[in-house]
Amino acid sequence: MEFFIQQLINGITLGGVYALIALGYTMVYGIIQLINFAHGEFFAAGGYMGVILISYLAAQGLHPYACLGISLVLAMGYCALLAMAVEQLAYKPLRQASRLAALLSALGMSIFLQNGLMLTQGVYDKPYPTEITSGGFEWGLVTVSYMQIFIVALTAALLIGLNILVFKTRIGRAMRATSQDKVMAALVGINSNRVIATTFAIGAALAAAAGIMVGLYYGSVNYSMGFVPGIKAFAAAVLGGIGNITGALIGGLIIGMVEIFAAGYISGEYKDVFAFIILIGVLYFRPTGIMGENVDDTRV
Amino acid sequence: MADNKTPILELKNVVSAYGRIQALKGISLKVYDGEIVTIIGANGAGKSTTLMTICNIIKAVEGDVLYKGKRINNVGSEILPTMGLCQVPEGRRIFPRLTVLENLDMGAFFRDDSANIKSDVERVFELFPKLRERRKQLGGTLSGGEQQMLAMGRALMSRPKVLLLDEPSMGLAPLLVQQIFNIIKMINEQGVTVVLVEQNANLALQCAQRGYVLETGKVVMEDDADKLLTNPDIRKAYLGE
Amino acid sequence: MTTQESRKLWLACGVGLVWFLILLWPMLGIQPEGLEFAKTFKVFGYIAVAAVFIMFFYQIQEAGHLDIVGDPIKSATSNIGKIYEFLPRWALLGIVLAIAIIFPLVTGRYAHDVTISVLIYICLGLGLNIVVGLAGLLDLGYIAFYGVGAYTYALMSLHFGMSFWLCLPVAGVTAAIAGCIVGYPTLRMRGDYLAIVTLGFGEIVRLIFNNWMSLTNGPNGILSIPRPEIFGYQLKSLWMLYYVILAIAIFTIISVYRLNYSRIGRAWEAIREDETAAELMGVNTFLLKLLAYATGATFAGFAGAFFAARMRFVGPESFTFLESAMVLAMVVLGGMGSIPGVILGVLVLVALPEAFRGFELYRMLVFGGVMTLMMLIRPAGIWPAKRVGRRSEEAE
Repeated sequence: MEFFIQQLINGITLGGVYALIALGYTMVYGIIQLINFAHGEFFAAGGYMGVILISYLAAQGLHPYACLGISLVLAMGYCALLAMAVEQLAYKPLRQASRLAALLSALGMSIFLQNGLMLTQGVYDKPYPTEITSGGFEWGLVTVSYMQIFIVALTAALLIGLNILVFKTRIGRAMRATSQDKVMAALVGINSNRVIATTFAIGAALAAAAGIMVGLYYGSVNYSMGFVPGIKAFAAAVLGGIGNITGALIGGLIIGMVEIFAAGYISGEYKDVFAFIILIGVLYFRPTGIMGENVDDTRV
Repeated sequence: MADNKTPILELKNVVSAYGRIQALKGISLKVYDGEIVTIIGANGAGKSTTLMTICNIIKAVEGDVLYKGKRINNVGSEILPTMGLCQVPEGRRIFPRLTVLENLDMGAFFRDDSANIKSDVERVFELFPKLRERRKQLGGTLSGGEQQMLAMGRALMSRPKVLLLDEPSMGLAPLLVQQIFNIIKMINEQGVTVVLVEQNANLALQCAQRGYVLETGKVVMEDDADKLLTNPDIRKAYLGE
Repeated sequence: MTTQESRKLWLACGVGLVWFLILLWPMLGIQPEGLEFAKTFKVFGYIAVAAVFIMFFYQIQEAGHLDIVGDPIKSATSNIGKIYEFLPRWALLGIVLAIAIIFPLVTGRYAHDVTISVLIYICLGLGLNIVVGLAGLLDLGYIAFYGVGAYTYALMSLHFGMSFWLCLPVAGVTAAIAGCIVGYPTLRMRGDYLAIVTLGFGEIVRLIFNNWMSLTNGPNGILSIPRPEIFGYQLKSLWMLYYVILAIAIFTIISVYRLNYSRIGRAWEAIREDETAAELMGVNTFLLKLLAYATGATFAGFAGAFFAARMRFVGPESFTFLESAMVLAMVVLGGMGSIPGVILGVLVLVALPEAFRGFELYRMLVFGGVMTLMMLIRPAGIWPAKRVGRRSEEAE
């Protein structure tokens, strides 16, 4: 029983991380129908930016929580800028081109960014200072680390923030309108270029936060850390219903849970396979996902 | 009365293409401040393409689109509503997963006078009480007629100077069609210039002051609406004689 | 180019460089010891100079100043092109074939090594071309079939002592079966999703290679795989293996060429252009898509078996997603759907980097950048397939 609860806690933690990454995929696909292959690299870049900033600020003598807070915000900002640059350079010119061209451009960007990280930061894992967040509660055989609480809390906060942004603000309405009918959105005065850039920025910022949390949780980051979580997060986005924000959350939690429980009860080595199987299964049996899709299916 | 000086909206020899098919082959038309002008023609004649070209969703390859005397060929589509030029495209195209209220808000997206926006929403609800009932409902769940009301209401929210309407009567029950056209006349009386694209030539010509007839991308006739109504060729081709 | 356009271009270049600096510095310049700028400016310096150079070059070229150099080159290439069209096909092929046959006799080990790689990738590229170029199915997990072929030969030869020549068709068949398994669920999926699913399958296969210790020996791989034998004589030297892969490659080229111009090839192209229309014309899209996967996989299987024989070792690390991406790049960048295009793509992506061995570290970075760049400026590839008539999307 305790094992089950432990897995549950681990699953929710991991699920939250996947949900944050999945949001970037789902929002971008919802608005321009592109699978942003490079999204996983925003996750990785965020992880790196986090440790870079935390190390620097800590060396300047700041209190650990301040280091963490400031680094989080700055890293999210950095990745937002990075995403906007990538969109402007590699995706915007291809908006009218074939899907294959856009997909390959994204693929190229993914490889470029990943190797850029490798060249600037080295091939080896970069360790995170984990003293900030060590320790936790214990109930018998169940441990809840402070890190896990932090991850769940931060994820929840970011998700609530996103919800408010998307459903209660003007810019959020503009994002939703653009993802439902781009042409009509333009006809009511919405600048789709700005909306698209904003969508990319927000998605990348969330991924960056996820990257920092993963770095803190596992103690290190690596230039190739974006690839596999990226695919799993995409699976989560599709599972929940591509373009659907609530769907990304649900999908992320499910994938996280399945991975943890499968690793715990079935097989640790093949845990990555489960996300792929879910992905293939969803796309075969119910491509619109759990909550249904939210994409622009109109034409001029 | 119509201002005889500069047309508020003018197309000069506009050529535009839809993919590789040339849809408009040199359209010229004039719309004067305060009138209702209708564009009629068969399916595929290029009526919707004309409106989309005016709004720069489809780029004009040749020719000039002039609004208030200024060339707007290269102005971004999203800027036009801020200049007073709005379109209600074919098929209503309300935002399906936004609520009625949010849809109306979208019409006023570029405005920042929030007090007036609120009162404008009230006015729309007075015109269309059904919408007030359903204001928290998602746009996609409304009936065809209600969606058309919503689309009109959304257009009104932008306080347009010139309103382009593409087939407002399509798929609606006759009673509703009548209501829509009454509203069109009403807003025109309040000073809004209307360009009305319609398949229902009868209604359109009864509502408008002048009319253009489009055939395969070209203007083949231009005249006062009542003259077109009594024109035997027009009657045969478009008024079901 | 007008001064206004030129100014806009320089402005865009400048803005781009500023953005690049802003994004580059935090990665290089924030160290725990303090903020430093030297490293960043060094890298930025190189990039900025290169960018300015390219801009300058481009503007001069657009203005026509380079025509003194450009025109003779253009007329030379068009003359070569005319010769190419003038010579009968068989003469051209004969020349190429002769060169290919004589090649290993006049070059050393290093060249043999590179050309063997080139030939392997030609098989892979042509196989993928069937799936992506002909049938229009975006397969991002193609390398899995290569791996299946490789492991098939490894296991068959080690457990059952089967000879290479016997294993070759077996590898093809196992790869084809894998192709059907991968293809089946994807038959009703749309483009983007197809890509991700095939990627997923590719990863699943790699994970199986990596984790099924009892079968594949996991990450340690399988060693001591025997070389091919002819009448009891083991083919040990590299140049002998060269002829084996040359034969396989020639077989692949001929098969793909024949398929290209067959009814099946037509049907695949119909599916690529408009699946619904093809279905309505009586094309059994279900079977044909499956066939495309299977056929493409078969060639990968052959190549895989050879790869195992050549390296005498197989491990899961040879069959990563990056490999799939590279083969895809060879097909798309070289020119989708055209055999010379794919071969050109392979040469550019396999042989060219060899010339820049010193910059090995930057190889992947450049590769990614080039892929994006090609999509931006020339998505049809360097040597695209000739078409009868033009498609509406290709109108420029």
